Formats: sequence, C-alpha cells, structure tokens
Amino acid sequence: MVRKLGSLTLSLIRGTGDFALFTLTAFRSAFSTRRLLHRVFRAMFEQGVRCLPVILIVGMFTGLVLGLQGYHVLNRFGSESLLGALVSLSLVRELGPVLAALMLVGQAGSALAAELGIQRNSEQIAALETMGVSTHGYLVTPRLLGALLIFPMQTALFVSVGLWGGWLSGSMMLGLEPGVYWSSVERAVEPDDVQECFTKAAVFGLLTVALCCYYGFNAHRCTSATGARAVSASTTRAVVLSCITVLAADYVITSFLL
Amino acid sequence: MSEARPSLLLDVRGVKKRYGTHEVLTGASLEVPRASVVTVLGRSGTGKSVFLKCLAGIERPDEGVIAFDGTPLDADLPSARAEFRRRCSFLFQSNALFDSLTALENVVLPLEQTTALSSSVVRQRSLEALQQLELDSFADKYPSQLSGGMQKRLALARAIVTRPELVLFDEPTAGLDPLRRNAVFAMIVKYQRQFGFTAVIVTHDVAEVLVISDHVALLDSGTMRFAGSPAAFSTSTDPVVCDFRDSTAALHKAVDALRTGQNPSLTES
Amino acid sequence: MNASRLEFFVGLFVLLGLAAVTWLTAKVGAGSLISGPTYLVEARFSNAGGLNTGSSVLVAGVTVGRVESIRIDPVDYSAIATLRVVEGLKLPTDTMASIKTTGLIGDKYVSLAPGADETYLQPGTQITMTESSVDLESLIGKMAFGSVSNNSDNSANESGKSPAP
Repeated sequence: MVRKLGSLTLSLIRGTGDFALFTLTAFRSAFSTRRLLHRVFRAMFEQGVRCLPVILIVGMFTGLVLGLQGYHVLNRFGSESLLGALVSLSLVRELGPVLAALMLVGQAGSALAAELGIQRNSEQIAALETMGVSTHGYLVTPRLLGALLIFPMQTALFVSVGLWGGWLSGSMMLGLEPGVYWSSVERAVEPDDVQECFTKAAVFGLLTVALCCYYGFNAHRCTSATGARAVSASTTRAVVLSCITVLAADYVITSFLL
Repeated sequence: MSEARPSLLLDVRGVKKRYGTHEVLTGASLEVPRASVVTVLGRSGTGKSVFLKCLAGIERPDEGVIAFDGTPLDADLPSARAEFRRRCSFLFQSNALFDSLTALENVVLPLEQTTALSSSVVRQRSLEALQQLELDSFADKYPSQLSGGMQKRLALARAIVTRPELVLFDEPTAGLDPLRRNAVFAMIVKYQRQFGFTAVIVTHDVAEVLVISDHVALLDSGTMRFAGSPAAFSTSTDPVVCDFRDSTAALHKAVDALRTGQNPSLTES
Repeated sequence: MNASRLEFFVGLFVLLGLAAVTWLTAKVGAGSLISGPTYLVEARFSNAGGLNTGSSVLVAGVTVGRVESIRIDPVDYSAIATLRVVEGLKLPTDTMASIKTTGLIGDKYVSLAPGADETYLQPGTQITMTESSVDLESLIGKMAFGSVSNNSDNSANESGKSPAP
C-alpha cells in the first residue's frame, strides 16, 4: 500500500518533470526550426478557424442562459439593472476563459493529440528524427505558439458573443432597457478583469495544448495499451487531464489575482 | 579505443540492447566499407531491425560503439549525431510516409527543414528526385492513393533527396511479390551506383541478396554469426548459415518426411 | 487546402479575434476609465475602511477620477488616499472629500464637494476637509441608543486634526 503510494508519487513527479522538459524543449526549438511561421499558421488554422463555430455557438448560448437566469434572480430584488454586471463579470472573469478553453480542448486538443499519436504509431515521428528534423520544433512548437495567440482571441470572441447573448435574452426577450444593460456592463468590467481574462486564456492555451502534444507525442510510452489502443488511451488522457488542468489552473490564477 | 580505419564508413563494435530482461543484441559488430552494399541477414525476431535502429540512432544501444566516418556517435556529442543525421537516411519497413502530406511535400520536407536552400531549389531538387523514381506524375497524390511499390519508391525518393552518404534499409522488400522484390533490389543497386551512397540492407531474402551485396552478415541470437563476401557465404559450412541459406532444401526435407509419415520439426535440424 | 486559402482564413480569423480583443479592452473593460491628462491630490481620512485602489471619485455624482493608492501615515495613523482627478477639473482649496456608499451596501467611493474659494488645489496638495467612512454597524448601534447627531461633531473634529499642507 505504502509502497504503491510512494511509487505513484515518484511517477507523478517524474511525469511532471518530463512534461516541463518537453515544453521547454519545444520553446527552445523555436529558434532552430526552419519555416516555423508556416507551421504556426497551420496551427492557428486548426485552433482558430476550425474551432470558431463551436466557440460562437457555445458563447451565444452561455450569454443567453446567463441573461435569462440572471434576470429572474435579480428581478426578485428589483435590481434588473445589474444584469449587465452579472453577465459581463461571469463571462469575463470565469466562464469565458474556462469554457472557451474546454471547447478548444475538445475540438483542437483532442485532434492534435490523436494526430501526433498516429504519427508516432506509424513511425512518422521516428522518420523525422532520422532526417535530423527537430521533432519538437516541427510538431509541438508551432502549436504552442499558435495557442498563445489563439486562445485569448477565441476567449475574446466567446465573451463578446456571450455579452450579446445576454443582451438578446435580457433586453430583447425580457424587456430590460438596452442602455441600462450596456452601461451596467461597462461600469462593472474593470481593465484588471479584462487583463485577468486574457492571462487566464493564454495560460490555459499553453497548458492544454502542451498536455495534448505531450500525450500524443509520447503515445508509444503508454503503458496500458499498444498500437491503436495506445493512441485512443493517450488522446482520452490528454483531453481529461487538460480539462482538469483548466479548472485547477483557473482556481490557482483566480486566487492569486483576486 | 580503436585504431582508425578510414576505409570504413560505419564501424560497429559490440552493440548490446536489452528490453527488460530480454537481451535482443548481445554484442553485434559490423564493418561497412565506403560505397558498398552490405546486407544483414537473419531470421525474424533475431533483432535485425533493432540493430538497424541502433545504427540510425532511433534506439540507443546499452553498450557498444558505433563510429561513423571515424567519429564515434556518442550521446554526449550531439554535434556528431547531428552530422550523422545529415549524412544518413533511413528507409523504414513501414515507409513511414507523412500521410497528410502529398508525395511532393513528403520529399520537400527533409530538404526544407534541414537545409538552408531556397524554396525554389528545394522544389526543383524534390521534383528531380520524384522524376528519377518515376513518380513525377503522382506528385500531388497522397501516400494512401499510391500502390505499395510506389510508396516504397516514394520513401526512397525522400531518403535520397538529401544526397546522403549512407542509406539504411529496413526490410525494403517485406510483403512484396518476387517480381517487385527484384525491382526494389534493382532500384537500390541502381541508385547506389548513381549516387554513390553506401547501403546497409536488412532483409531475409537470401537469393537476391547474394547477387547485389558486396558484403553479407548473418545475425543470429544477438551476434554476427557470419560476416564476409557473398561467395564465402555461399560456401560456408557453418550450420546456422547452411540452414539459412538452404532453407528451401530443409523445406523439401520436411515435406518429404511428412509424406513418409514421420513427424520432424522445421526449425530444428 | 492550399496555402493561400489557409492564410486567408487565418488572416480573417485574426482580424475577427483582434476586433473582439479591442472591443473588450477598449469599450467594455474601460467603460468608466478616465482618459486624458490627470493630476494627483491627497486626502487624509481618519478611517478609509471599504475604500479600495480603483474606487471612483465623484463630483456631483459624475465620475471624475479614481483612487490611485491608499497608505497609512506613520505619524498619526490616519489613512492618506491619493486621488487621480481629470486635468480639466479645478477644485477649490476648500473642497470637502467624503467617503460614501452607493446604496445601502454598495461600493465605497470618494465624493468631492467643491467649496467657494478663489484659489484652487495644486497637484500633489492635500484636501484638508474630509469626512470618513460611515461605519454602518456603529451607526445602527448609535441609532439604537439614540445618539445619531454625534456624527456631525465627528467630521469637524477630523478636519481640525488634518494639518494644512
């Protein structure tokens, strides 16, 4: 029992160190990789353009629900005028960065973990190695750089659409004066909140994409399965761990920034 | 450590590799002279592929020295390893083509990523390589749209486009019919002559190998059982070599024995 | 997908993303942010409880500035709040600063009540007449014991304590 706990702790520490080293190597490789910009563009396409519909749809519905729920709660206290503050602060501080990151993990993170896993499985990564191509620089670095740019943008889009969603349900459907809604939004959100929002988004992007790359890239080291099973196990683990990481990191960042 | 032997492009000494408790290579050595075709024969599961992957640096040997062009490839010396990578290509048994890139992009990638050539030169050289392997009309096709033989040719095009001095072939004829097999071997020899690279081929096609090789080595239970010229291989009296070389004769014997009602085993003799 | 189409879509996305980022930072996030040149004045309170860095500074209910920082005077243990006020607004030297609350339990803010002096506060000077936070609990306590009128004495006392700069 105790021994098992010990070995578990050790493997956890080893895994974390290995992951940190992996990420660090990827960033270092940025300087030695040729035609990196083109690869970054590709990653931005996968994380940005491909995920845009899901971000917009989820953002819109989040705003709609917040507007609806918030209106009815605030209505009891006669303070519907605070609806804008409720919707905007929920979105900017928490829901925007977290939900956008979760959506991006689901769409882009799982895809890239599976892609890397298959490339590992079919020896494409080994082939890159024998060619002397920096595997980290070619496969991981562009995705990390892309994530650092794309996650804040996606979060901004998510929050923007969410605010309009709140306006739609609060003002258009429930009859709150639009001016009251928007002035409440503008009064509630401070520059610090927006900064926190983007900081969170960038951190989530970095952590989740690095995790997905790590598990896909190391699909061959999966101990519970081999071959196609290893790819699926790695992808699942990447997505689950990324989601947990988003929420855990959210708590840590919030407690530091508040 | 060892006396310099400049005629050898690759000098492998006592390579050991262990997976868990199973020791796959127990001290395999190989000498590869410059501009020659060296073949490593061996039964399936004797560690041929592992041996070749150790040479290519995909697997790290537990013990032993691999010297390329007089310089030992050491984990502590990444520059020597990088130099080796630049001058050596590896042809995977599975081809390991990038399946989401077109044939042309597959060939372009190593040049684009490892050289500072301009993109027009890269493109021209890649098209040349495709042309030489008669794949130029398939430049925009994806690997999955190509036949097995074409995929093999594409993998070879990708391997030679960087103009390597050493090309390692991991079972280049696995799963091919006899005619294709001959075609692949002929292709290897043709381009080996044309580009002057050194080839190390791992395979178990004895008959063809004896025709194309300058040197033959036989890997058995983790060590080199035999190393020498094809002629010496043909006349060797070593029992393992004989078994391997005369496998068809053994098959004859076994089938004959079955017909006469006895119950012998193929693998033991 | 060929390279130019990919680049087009990525470019389009980046434009869209940047537009959203700009909208959030410039419009939504800076709604009540004061813009343009500003100057600093100080105000000394005996109790700045509930006031935060970034709290609003209002004149006649209009936001004219922000609380830049709050520190403690190590000599007489009073709170000194530095206020950032928009440049165009000249405040007479006898302006009174008081800490007030929006609604019954809302945020604290600094309300400035301009006096009638001909001279104006220079940047970096101190507002001498102040009125501290109203401690709601003690106020309720006082009300319960019927001595609310004490409150006015409190402020007079305080402004006497604050030395002129």
